[in-house]
Amino acid sequence: MPRMRFIQAINQALVEEMERDSRTILIGEDVEASIFGDTRGLLDRFGADRVRNTPISEQTLTGISVGAAACGCRVILHMMFSNFIYTGFDAIANQMAKLRLMSGGQITLPITVIANYGGGRSTAAQHSDTPLSLLMNLAGVEVVVPSTPDNAKGLMKTAIRSDNPTFFLEPGGRGGDTEEVPSGDYVTPLGEARIMREGSDLSLITMGSMTRMTLQAAKRLETELGVSAEVLDLQSLVPLDTEAILASVGRTGRAIVVDESRDACSVASHVAAILADKGFAQLKAPVQRITVPDTAMPYAPSAELPLLPNAERIVIAARALFSEV
Amino acid sequence: MAASTSNIQPDDDVLIEMYRRMLLIRKSEEQLFRDVKLGRTPGQVHLSDGQEAVAVGICAPLDDRDQITSTHRGHGHYLAKGGDVNAMFAEVYGKAEGICRGMGGSMHVADFSKGIVGANGIVGAGLGIATGAGLANKLEGDGRVAVCFFGDGAANQGSLMESLNISSLWKLPVLFVCENNGFSEFSPSGTVTSGVISDRAKPFGIPVWNIDGNDVVEVWRTALEAVDHCRSGVGPAFVEARTYRYSGHFSAEAMILSTPYRSDEEIEAWRAKDPVARTRALIIDRGAADAAACERMEMEADACVEGAVAFGEAGTAPDPGTAEQLMRVCS
Repeated sequence: MPRMRFIQAINQALVEEMERDSRTILIGEDVEASIFGDTRGLLDRFGADRVRNTPISEQTLTGISVGAAACGCRVILHMMFSNFIYTGFDAIANQMAKLRLMSGGQITLPITVIANYGGGRSTAAQHSDTPLSLLMNLAGVEVVVPSTPDNAKGLMKTAIRSDNPTFFLEPGGRGGDTEEVPSGDYVTPLGEARIMREGSDLSLITMGSMTRMTLQAAKRLETELGVSAEVLDLQSLVPLDTEAILASVGRTGRAIVVDESRDACSVASHVAAILADKGFAQLKAPVQRITVPDTAMPYAPSAELPLLPNAERIVIAARALFSEV
Repeated sequence: MAASTSNIQPDDDVLIEMYRRMLLIRKSEEQLFRDVKLGRTPGQVHLSDGQEAVAVGICAPLDDRDQITSTHRGHGHYLAKGGDVNAMFAEVYGKAEGICRGMGGSMHVADFSKGIVGANGIVGAGLGIATGAGLANKLEGDGRVAVCFFGDGAANQGSLMESLNISSLWKLPVLFVCENNGFSEFSPSGTVTSGVISDRAKPFGIPVWNIDGNDVVEVWRTALEAVDHCRSGVGPAFVEARTYRYSGHFSAEAMILSTPYRSDEEIEAWRAKDPVARTRALIIDRGAADAAACERMEMEADACVEGAVAFGEAGTAPDPGTAEQLMRVCS
């Protein structure tokens, strides 16, 4: 299998899907220059009709996506940073998420919204949000979060082929991660989590930007505590693989959810609620959440970095779980 | 352009067809207003009585492949574009036989098979959606036009500027139609709007028509030119049509407002310019039909509305699981 950078894998998925369906278009601010590199080269390849650099007009770009998708296009909308989802949020929350219901199912809305999320790079509070659970709460939109080049490519292809609005949240700062990516056409199915590491004592449930660090924490748990930790990468938040979450915790009896969201109503708290509702009998200890405190991200690294989940916090939480037995 | 540059007149059959459509809208909305009071509708309605000439005149040169986006005051646009009146009443009554299966209601009537992309409860939402429809049309390259009906209230949303810029930049076939009825919900335009709304399109190089929205012939004539402009592929066009709504922002406003925001004299002054009555007078005046024939057209519209009421009343309540079924995002 060829080795490929995260951002190359996304780019390859975009190329393949735009070649696959001539009604697929890409719009967004600076998609030609492509500050993240994911849309680089597409304008030359597919032309200015199908790849459109847009003005900075987020509230209309989301509306345009709805109108174009409802009238025959397959739309890929690049919102750049996840915080700009907020400036375009009206047509996302009031139209994209709702028109399939409000029209009585008359239409499909094949829209993929790409945005780069997460902190840790001194981009300050307006370029570092993690709006995963915000989007999960909308209903009517799918949410996928890649964690490695191979599922980045597979999830992007799935998102573009979906007839529903689908948010593809790229973990910020991970574009250079290089791994093997299968050759040729493949998709990563919606609603399927994947086990990145098998274990028997503890489930570390995570997604996107948190997976690499969580895998490192799992190794530390093995060597420092003798704890065998399973790492479950959710990949798809809507739909969510509830079965895989329950099955993993059924095997291990303990769960720590590692999530870059702010803690209140986070992905982590939702997973914890599912485990409390449906996995209570299997739990040997309370579910732990490693999240970001309910605060905006500061600029200075000394203030920002300690807010993010890290391996140390996971080890401390795990130690507490096992000392309670 | 202050108004149309031509003096083209509609043929008698075109004029009569527009009159019939206006009658159907007027009679339908009068009925819906009664229905709200009778408790036949689970929700409220926003009526466009007084504005019928804009909807009908603009939609006259459109066909099913052209799209319209509408406002919260959308019954007239829906019917003018050929939406089914029975399915509209069933929708407003909250029935499974409604055009949106009872999931949208009065403010959200849509029929995509007829290019009715839908009424919308968010003021100004159609601006972006119509621009997107225009983008799809341009890429399809088959001459379809997207028409965006919006009010003077929506003209104060920032998305107007964004939509005008993008549609002009990309030369999209979008016809922006501002129905200036003088009110942003309960606020007179003068208290919330500066300048002339249609002037806002001019810096983008978009041709502008500023017309009497209660004169269906002037609206029709303008629509011919403006739609033709959009179809030719040179970019968007903008029409501001001055009009008035008699019934207020929504059906129950008299019950919740402590003081009126407009005078009876003002309403009566606009009733003297009523677009339905003016069209009837024109038909008789030019001999396209006589008074008795106009009377029959009214009775036919009444019968059509009676049928729609019966259809709606005979409808069934949607299954409680319908919303979750339609919202389900995984197969």
